[in-house]
Amino acid sequence: MIDLLPPNLPYFASIALLLIGLYAMISKRNLIKKIMGLNIFSTSVLLFLIAMGYREGGAPPIEAEGVTHYVNPLPHALVLTGIVVALALTSFALILIINIYKEHKTLDSEKLKNL
Amino acid sequence: MNLSLHYPILVIVILFAGAYLTLLLGLLNKKICYYLAVLFSFVSALFSIGLLLLVLENNTISYYVGGWEPPYGIELTVDPLSAFMSLIVAIIGFLVAVFSKNYIEHEIPLEKHPAYYSLLQLIIGGMQGALMTGDLFNLFVMTEIFSISGYALVAIAQKKGSLLASFRYLLLASIGTTFILFSTGFIYMLTGSLNMEDISNLLPLIDNPWVMYSGLVLLIIGFAIKSALFPLHTWLPDAHSIAPSPVSVLLSALVIKIGAYSIIRVVYTVFGERLSGGFEIIGVPLSWMASMAILVGSLYAIFQTDIKRMLAYSSIAHVGYILLGVSLASTLSLTGGIFHMLNHALGKACLFFCAGAVIYKTGKRNISDYAGLSSKMPITMAAFTIAASSLMGIPPASGFMSKFYLGLGAYQENWFFLAVILIGSLFGGIYFFRVLATAYFSSEKALYVDTKGPELPLSMLIPIVILAIASLTFGILEDVPVTLIEQAVELLLTK
Repeated sequence: MIDLLPPNLPYFASIALLLIGLYAMISKRNLIKKIMGLNIFSTSVLLFLIAMGYREGGAPPIEAEGVTHYVNPLPHALVLTGIVVALALTSFALILIINIYKEHKTLDSEKLKNL
Repeated sequence: MNLSLHYPILVIVILFAGAYLTLLLGLLNKKICYYLAVLFSFVSALFSIGLLLLVLENNTISYYVGGWEPPYGIELTVDPLSAFMSLIVAIIGFLVAVFSKNYIEHEIPLEKHPAYYSLLQLIIGGMQGALMTGDLFNLFVMTEIFSISGYALVAIAQKKGSLLASFRYLLLASIGTTFILFSTGFIYMLTGSLNMEDISNLLPLIDNPWVMYSGLVLLIIGFAIKSALFPLHTWLPDAHSIAPSPVSVLLSALVIKIGAYSIIRVVYTVFGERLSGGFEIIGVPLSWMASMAILVGSLYAIFQTDIKRMLAYSSIAHVGYILLGVSLASTLSLTGGIFHMLNHALGKACLFFCAGAVIYKTGKRNISDYAGLSSKMPITMAAFTIAASSLMGIPPASGFMSKFYLGLGAYQENWFFLAVILIGSLFGGIYFFRVLATAYFSSEKALYVDTKGPELPLSMLIPIVILAIASLTFGILEDVPVTLIEQAVELLLTK
């Protein structure tokens, strides 16, 4: 079982990050920490995608003479799109948080629940 | 150049272009944003009608975006199901744009109008994209587009609680979209392709079913959060009831349907061939969750005092009906489920429009304030009655026909599901008749006294009347949608 770990380390790391992010989103009371959790959560998926495209000793996916072994370029395109989406989501969430703070003068989700 | 070749992309691109044009021209003149939104959504709806006519002739249309052929490029695949859903989204989106004029002037300050109308077109465009795409990753992108527009639209009125409702919606729904991306990665890892057609051909070659099943389950959880299936519904009541009424219509009538549509697409088109014969592993848990959604959603709706909250809980129940039909996977139940998407879209849009009209006219949203309203707003309440009877399943309104198909399909499978449908409809009767009894038979005097002038501005009255008439028409002429749906179902099940 343990010998599965070294070659698959990025996958284990991404699952660990996924769970850390999910834990932060559920249990942290501060809304900004919840958003940080969301960011960790979505970044873990990006790590998963990157790890998937990696080939041992592969060259960058630019056609060159004498190179036949490339890393898979498609996950990179997915990750770039994923980053853009996460950026839009995070910036919108932060604007929401600014407005929530202006309205309620607190970012504690337990206090906000009782309003 | 033959324009009809480009209908699929035009439906989407016109709305995206319109969204940015509206924002730009809104800098010059904030009044024209409404007319731009109506114009662009109307043109997109015309192309959507054209697309449906094309699909009726050719069955399935593939469009390669930018001329790149799959599996490398992005493919738009329009089959009868997506053309049918696309038309629902286009027509109701157009009616929402029309309805918005007076209501939005009433509720949102003028400097936010360009943003509102821009987001309106963006959310419709995102939904159209999600309906037509034939690419799994593109489905994720389009889902994010309409979701983020949705969060912004919930928050835009900045009323009490709307920011928090939007934040909750954002947190839960982005867990869903992240799951969708994660599972797209899984499936890409297994098959090396993102094209749905390609994946469905490659999946039967996969030896290890458990990796595939975990990908499928993640996808279904992601879309179930989007469609607010029962244990994942907690974001819905707040977001749908606090949003401005036209936005509630978009979210309740359309956005949750896209989640259900995506589940159909993934289960039947992408995994159809691989799962054939082994569908129970997904269908059984899904059908039990859907049954719980019907019962719990209806039960909660009975105890609400706020009309929009009641309608929001009723949406949870109706997603249950749709997904029950999907999960039972027989021709009859799937026909019923897809037909119910149409009926719930028409009925719930009409009900939220009526609730919005009452809020616009009287500022009241408690059910007890509806006392005596039938004499003050007769057309609105008549439309409310028709739409409510459609959702309850009283003939001749169209909801009866779809529940009839659903019931037949459920009876073939297990009498328990038939009982769930009947009990859910009974609960539906209870919560809708409570409103109707208050409006028509209450002896209390109506609170609202200003009866001078017309009942409602025409821009609000016309969408309400059109939707009510459509609810009745599809109940009497149920052949028209059903033949199309049967064509779609046949294509899905033979996969």
